[in-house]
Amino acid sequence: MNTGTDRVKRGMAEMQKGGVIMDVVNAEQAKLAEAAGAVAVMALERVPSDIRKEGGVARMADLRIVEEVMSAVSIPVMAKARIGHITEARVLESMGVDYIDESEVLTPADEEYHLMKSDFTVPFVCGCRDLGEAARRIGEGTSMLRTKGEPGTGNIVEAVRHMRKVNGQIRKVVNMSKDELMTEAKLLGASFDLLLEIKELGRLPVVNFAAGGVATPADAALMMELGADGVFVGSGIFKSDNPEKFARAIVEATTHYQDYELIAKVSKELGTAMKGMEISSLSLEDRMQERGW
Amino acid sequence: MTTIGVLGLQGAVREHVRSIEAGGAKAVVVKKAEQLTNIDGLILPGGESTTMRRLIDVYGLMEPLRAFAASGKPMFGTCAGLILLAGEIAGYDEPHLGVMDVVVERNSFGRQKESFEADLMITGIEGDPYTAVFIRAPHIVSAGPDTQVLATHNDRIVLARHGQFLGCSFHPELTEDHRLTEYFIKMVESPAVVI
Repeated sequence: MNTGTDRVKRGMAEMQKGGVIMDVVNAEQAKLAEAAGAVAVMALERVPSDIRKEGGVARMADLRIVEEVMSAVSIPVMAKARIGHITEARVLESMGVDYIDESEVLTPADEEYHLMKSDFTVPFVCGCRDLGEAARRIGEGTSMLRTKGEPGTGNIVEAVRHMRKVNGQIRKVVNMSKDELMTEAKLLGASFDLLLEIKELGRLPVVNFAAGGVATPADAALMMELGADGVFVGSGIFKSDNPEKFARAIVEATTHYQDYELIAKVSKELGTAMKGMEISSLSLEDRMQERGW
Repeated sequence: MTTIGVLGLQGAVREHVRSIEAGGAKAVVVKKAEQLTNIDGLILPGGESTTMRRLIDVYGLMEPLRAFAASGKPMFGTCAGLILLAGEIAGYDEPHLGVMDVVVERNSFGRQKESFEADLMITGIEGDPYTAVFIRAPHIVSAGPDTQVLATHNDRIVLARHGQFLGCSFHPELTEDHRLTEYFIKMVESPAVVI
């Protein structure tokens, strides 16, 4: 009997496909998310838009919140650790969190090195903006990827950019001849063997979800249309007028992302979505996607 | 050609499709009730059972799925799919489809860090042991008199057959070993024969 194998860790993420993972800050929100059909919840102290507003150092959540959420729902519970913070990740693992997000939403603990995720029994999800970054995280052992997007902005433009970039680069690798792959590996900062595996599979060996800026059901459906395996929604749900309706609508739009009449129907009665931010209004230092490499 | 549907609301749909095709049958992703009329058997995949249940309700699939079961066509539930099929879920008042005579318990091997792979001996499957992947897996607490236990792990039932219904707590779709899917394809091709 083996725990923590690649198949067990990556398989867990495969089970989340076609689903929505929702940010929650307490048990009540977690229950609402579960009832709305979320496939997992991300237990946080503050959603990204509040982290942005309040500033300061953002760390792993108060563990009482994580524990409260874990006992409130039967779906998997994820939590965020700072990039490179080995101890935060180990602590979350010891508590039995089902998935850890090594997340640029929190203030990085290490600006040079990410976690060696293959050393852990618990699986990880990491953000990526291009295939090189995706490959480096897979090399370190992440079992799931997501776009970085620009968290807490309610602006989908960066998530779209990252999803298109990764998928475009995958198509390029798939169509390359084998003797071109080493140069591509050098240019991307990716391992040759992994690129070869991607070429043979025709896709990444782990799932890639959309995250960072999903604010409406149509945003979620758009990301599925662009090839996302599922969707993370952070500030979008609980910063909207009617979180319950919003959560249900996002789940339905993700499942039936090409059923436009249905998306129209579920979008009609939602009230106002979270107020979005123009990315160009953020200075480079304020862009969470610039964290990690 | 035998056509097998995979309930495509959420979860490991693509992997089951691949496994069905490897077994020589035709696979169809089923998202709407009318698609149930064109298939000979149905796989309920792994994923999150609470999510699938909600989507089953939203799209009015509950009665069509029960009617499909009543028609006698074979159904195979893996992990979350087993929970959907089960006649009783420990700790819950109501089952989902409630068609297979077993009692299941959710997340009964622990949280994700306790998820594991293990080799099983399966009644009706010859050859090497079968490597099964268990992810936050349920198990079958008890099986009815007409339900045949096909595999156990540490004395827990992890695979069983009740007539036309096959249910397992692990994920056959996550490995390259297609023998269990082939077993199901045979059930679909000759449902009356106990293999």
